[in-house]
Amino acid sequence: MRIVTLAHETDFAGWRAAARQMAIDGVAPEHVAWCIGSNGGLFADDPMQHEIIDPPQFSVSKRFMQLCQRAALHTDPDRFAFLYRLLWRLRQQPQLLDIAVDPDVVRATGMAKAVQRDMHKMTAFVRFREIDIEGGERFMAWFEPTHHIVMATAPFFTRRFANMVWSILTPETSVHWDGQKLHELPGAQKSDVPAEDANEDLWRTYYASIFNPARLKVAMMQSEMPRKYWRNLPEATLIQPLINSAAARTQNMVDTAATDPRKHRKMAPAAGPAAAPAGSLRQLQQAAAQCKECPLWQPATQTVFGEGNAKARLMLVGEQPGDQEDLAGHPFVGPAGQLLDRALEEAGLDRASLYVTNAVKHFKFELRGKRRIHSKPGLREMAACQHWLDSEIAAVKPDLIVALGATAAQSLLGHGATLKHYRGQWTALEDGRKVWVTVHPSYLLRLPDPAAKAAEYAQFVEDLRQAAAALKSIS
Amino acid sequence: MDFQIKLQVLADAAKYDASCSSSGSDKRDSKDGRGVGSTEGMGICHSYAPDGRCISLLKILLTNYCMYDCLYCVNRVSSNVQRARFSVEEVVKLTLDFYKRNYIEGLFLSSGIIRSADYTMEQVVRVAKVLREEHDFRGYIHLKTIPDASEELLAEAGRYADRLSINIELPTEQGLTDLAPEKDARAIRRSMGRLRWRIDESRESRANPTTRKPLRFAPGGQSTQMIVGADATNDQAILATSANLYGNYRLRRVYYSAFSPIPDASKALPLKPPPLVREHRLYQADWLMRFYGFSADEIVDPKGGMLDLDMDPKLAWALRHRERFPVDLNKAPREMLLRVPGLGSKAVDRILSTRRVRALRSDDLARLHVPLKKILPFITLPGHSPGATLDAASLAAQLRTPPVQPDLFG
Repeated sequence: MRIVTLAHETDFAGWRAAARQMAIDGVAPEHVAWCIGSNGGLFADDPMQHEIIDPPQFSVSKRFMQLCQRAALHTDPDRFAFLYRLLWRLRQQPQLLDIAVDPDVVRATGMAKAVQRDMHKMTAFVRFREIDIEGGERFMAWFEPTHHIVMATAPFFTRRFANMVWSILTPETSVHWDGQKLHELPGAQKSDVPAEDANEDLWRTYYASIFNPARLKVAMMQSEMPRKYWRNLPEATLIQPLINSAAARTQNMVDTAATDPRKHRKMAPAAGPAAAPAGSLRQLQQAAAQCKECPLWQPATQTVFGEGNAKARLMLVGEQPGDQEDLAGHPFVGPAGQLLDRALEEAGLDRASLYVTNAVKHFKFELRGKRRIHSKPGLREMAACQHWLDSEIAAVKPDLIVALGATAAQSLLGHGATLKHYRGQWTALEDGRKVWVTVHPSYLLRLPDPAAKAAEYAQFVEDLRQAAAALKSIS
Repeated sequence: MDFQIKLQVLADAAKYDASCSSSGSDKRDSKDGRGVGSTEGMGICHSYAPDGRCISLLKILLTNYCMYDCLYCVNRVSSNVQRARFSVEEVVKLTLDFYKRNYIEGLFLSSGIIRSADYTMEQVVRVAKVLREEHDFRGYIHLKTIPDASEELLAEAGRYADRLSINIELPTEQGLTDLAPEKDARAIRRSMGRLRWRIDESRESRANPTTRKPLRFAPGGQSTQMIVGADATNDQAILATSANLYGNYRLRRVYYSAFSPIPDASKALPLKPPPLVREHRLYQADWLMRFYGFSADEIVDPKGGMLDLDMDPKLAWALRHRERFPVDLNKAPREMLLRVPGLGSKAVDRILSTRRVRALRSDDLARLHVPLKKILPFITLPGHSPGATLDAASLAAQLRTPPVQPDLFG
């Protein structure tokens, strides 16, 4: 029988060194006894083994070490023997930890989880009290953890309260942060910490006021804030009185007849934008913002109306706003808009001199998981939106219109108009205005083949150049 | 007015906001700063009130004076509740005093609308600005955003806050028009759209290693809250609204708040105990949408459009789709395991992990820590087959757990 004596309750390094050596020596778990004490040191019965000189290495997964590191902080007195047994089994079955239903794995993960939870509760339930001392603020807290977690949790407090001087006292170990360095100190007593802090009354006021008596859920509270923590929480003295009075308070709210509304000045109707002249672009835009003529308005964020030069000689008409346009409220600001901007520049057209709009003013999409997938507007939606486009044309009075894609072409030239048929030629509308049809920039974005994409893009720029040239020729 | 009374009034006025989350922001600490504070990804609940709600943030209103007359709200202009107003300095000091004593993770600041949207927003933002710039406070800050506040104020709010939120308030636009006449559902959606736009933009700039000074904008994202039971909207419509909001605005959370009796309630609303079980079922359904691969339109029974109060929505779905069961625990893909009643995502991970090494047997089930009574009728594995129980007409009745409400003594 080997007896391993670890230096203290959290001597994980000692366990690790001993466990490694014994695993290499092939000492079965049933032949090892683990104890904790300041005398003796490792392998007390066998002084020959005391110095481990460069032991042969073997490796275990990081995941296993992390699991052991947490589980070793558990109060279970058998923990070091148990973890050695787990290591022993792991060497025979390297995939052991994957078998989540293995009793030893269940036990180890359960221990690690309990420790993790205790650490988390320490970060939550430590309550500092300020102590009166010369030379600035100083804080102290008394906490009673379940497991041996104080040193493992202390770094959280040094990160958070790096510029404060504080101490956390517990029965087993205490920690003190002097603003630079963390000191480990012996255990202490509750009476070593001041009995009050001036802010605790305010904190209790807050606690009582944020509680809603109409929604009592005591079991829920207790599962997250077990009773064992209550004795060190200043607010806990309020729990029972709040529970006791909740039913009566709620009944009182329900029973009390509504009072007469307090007299108040009625708000002036929201000072919306001043009414714009009928038929003007601004008036059209305000009216379109309220449009509910087809069902697309509901799932969308907003109407995305046309924008740009109100006296533009060239108007661009796209299909409909996309995801980004719907969020921003402006046409052609997403990826397709950026591509369009680049092409316009190459074609020698200044976007600021144009009027840019869409055939349909709301984003039509389908939700797939959390993603909004663009769907093509239907005839009904196009028909509902037609009058907005017609009014925009009537207001801006462009000489030329470029239709980007089939939907725009159909809105301008009628149902059935195809790109194939109309692209690369000027088509006159009934009022004599000329329309030039090209592709939608998002079509270019979707092309998978880089060569085809480059060729189509060049063609697109060429189409825009033609429009620019036509514009020059009629000025 | 006595400070303690102010705190009482302005905390009481804030408690109908369900959110108290302090999670999901970037990681930081105060080691290289002059003040206090850290955020480490996962939030911390520093206390729990007997209503079962976590107390993580100091959740208060800057003022409960308000120009609006939203019928469901304790702070509506026509209510006779006591009014108070904090100064910017008072909120800053209280936040720091509480934070240094480890009572809180930070501040959740909201406000009644006074004077104008911009004026109110400017006051709220000022608190965050003073905390961050004058005191180098690195704890969590959640700011309630006033719809249609100016772009500059919004950018500033995002620079100082970890999370921003705008409450959608009611699941339908009609509901909002009826109960909150001054609020504009379209303005709320527009503002959520603007927030998502800026949050995405900041995330991209931080992800791009060539950005020299990344834009900071609400790294903890945005959330919203919907009041349940103040109008007649059914659960199907509520979940459809949630799915739309998650998809449109990438919300971190939609909070459901059972309409609760309030002091000095409006005559226009019936005062009943809050539908807490319904709220709970909606949260479960919300989880099914976000983590279990369910789509919004399959969770609720189309007959009636309401979630079953006596059983969780996944169990109710499975009972309506018995033809998809039993599921073989050793063969079924992850997506199908997630649809087994009683199997949470962690249990599914444990099953998948074990399966890679060896087959599961019926005697392993006890160590999965799952509710066996609920699961057994829907699964098969060596040593267990549900046989006729799956198709028995009595199965639903056996698995029903009548809700107990109110939960008085735990």
